[in-house]
Amino acid sequence: MTEYIPLLIKVSYFIAAILFIVGLRRMSAPGTAKGGIVWAGVGMVIATLVTFLTPHMENHILILAALGSATIIAWVSGKKVAMTDMPQMVALYNGMGGGSAAFIGAMELYAATQGREMNGIITSLAMVGVLIGGISLTGSLIAFGKLQGLIDKRYTFPGQNIFNGLFALAVIGFGIYTFNHMEAMNLWIFFGGSLVLGFLMTLPIGGADMPVVISLYNAFTGLAVSFEGYVLSNWAMIVAGMLVGAAGTLLTQLMAKAMNRSIANVLFGSMGGDDSAGVDGEQGEMKEIEATDSAIMMAFAERVIIVPGYGLAVAQAQHKLWEMTQMLTENGVEVKFAIHPVAGRMPGHMNVLLAEAGVPYDMIEDMEDINAQFKNTDVSLVIGANDVVNPAARDDPSSSIYGMPILEVDKSKNVIVIKRGRGTGFAGIQNGLFFKDNTKMLFGDAQVAISELIQGLKEL
Amino acid sequence: MIDGIDAFVAVYVFMLAAFVGNEIISKVPVVLHTPLMSGSNFIHGIVLVGAMVALGHAETQLEQVFGFIAVFLGAGNAAGGYVVTERMLEMFKTKKKNKDSGEKK
Repeated sequence: MTEYIPLLIKVSYFIAAILFIVGLRRMSAPGTAKGGIVWAGVGMVIATLVTFLTPHMENHILILAALGSATIIAWVSGKKVAMTDMPQMVALYNGMGGGSAAFIGAMELYAATQGREMNGIITSLAMVGVLIGGISLTGSLIAFGKLQGLIDKRYTFPGQNIFNGLFALAVIGFGIYTFNHMEAMNLWIFFGGSLVLGFLMTLPIGGADMPVVISLYNAFTGLAVSFEGYVLSNWAMIVAGMLVGAAGTLLTQLMAKAMNRSIANVLFGSMGGDDSAGVDGEQGEMKEIEATDSAIMMAFAERVIIVPGYGLAVAQAQHKLWEMTQMLTENGVEVKFAIHPVAGRMPGHMNVLLAEAGVPYDMIEDMEDINAQFKNTDVSLVIGANDVVNPAARDDPSSSIYGMPILEVDKSKNVIVIKRGRGTGFAGIQNGLFFKDNTKMLFGDAQVAISELIQGLKEL
Repeated sequence: MIDGIDAFVAVYVFMLAAFVGNEIISKVPVVLHTPLMSGSNFIHGIVLVGAMVALGHAETQLEQVFGFIAVFLGAGNAAGGYVVTERMLEMFKTKKKNKDSGEKK
């Protein structure tokens, strides 16, 4: 009986790999997406259960303790977290995966320092896995901290890119030294250096770029898992890790493209850092508007386009927004939602929120389709969005967001902007839209402001 | 360690898996970017099985500590990734229903 167990494990991993591929395939089409995660989930359960049968395993209690406690904690936190906080949870779980791969690599390499035979290919892949897994762990933690609001600033200093570049070279150089001098102390320094590198790389990156960064670290983790899979001769890890590594890389490129930026630019460009100085204060006055007046403007409009942004997510105002939209529709107003590819903190973030509130598919339009419609629109209602409607991206070549495609809200007849304060957006760039003659500012939390708009509509 | 198979077989698998991953994503609509990132985040939670094997073969106390951390982090990746992805995709299900019923009317 026992001689069949290794075969059973291999076959099970093979089935798991197929389920992952099918699951990912299904997740990439809206109709089948829901089932896709279940396919992948079944694969994960099969792979996990069968792993317990691995010959010569010990420490079962430790395994069960770690597995059980982490599963419960992650499951509960994942269930509890608000829809709006999803992006940072993805970052957190991704960092955990990267960390896991890095620790596996460190363990295997440690065994090599204690005299276990390990050939050059395996050693080098284990080390690369430690490096990128470690970067993914600390980098994702920083991304989590930034999105969660625990780290509210970008930390930059002159020559930072050069410093980080030199540090990265130092870590890699020391890695090559460690490869030739495999000793425990060298290994720990290399591991620690990888973790510090993740911190340093991510600290200067602004919140607006976080989606791209998380996606990039997702791909990193996939690669790290794949390499450590090679070290452990585990085909499920090799295939699944590389699958995610490749898919994640492409996804990162798609996201960066949607922002008209390159990945290198995201990592090493300092967006919104240097240029915020000159523009301030020379744009005239912002014109405030009362909620009741805004409600009247929209109620008597023919066409209204709503542009949701991160402010909507923060205020959890998607349900109120849908309630207001229904009231407008009943009044005969044609309402549409315009979604910028990177509105919110992740591509598709706004679609998910609106879907949660029950907004039907056909009211939501992509940037390409809606931009031509703004000039025929009476009122554009911008809710907590800033950089994605900043005309500077189209008109001002000196702006650091120049070239990023935007929603051309400024072309509509009237613009109402719901905004919490007068500050700049996440990219730290002043927005000329707010000072235009046809723009009115409705200051306040999105939840409160939309409630007031609903009240205003009721009183008509 | 790859069971006596030529290391090049692994290189071929790396390459093929990379192409498959690329192919799957290439036609995905923007709406699904976030759920898909989350879903692929779940899939690399497979690192859990490697962590389990590594901890299962740990001998020294140091290895046990490292292995424990690895299993903990890997399980967190898998469980959390699944829950979050499922919750995101749950909404697409509702939306599809709405759309379907709307078309029927």
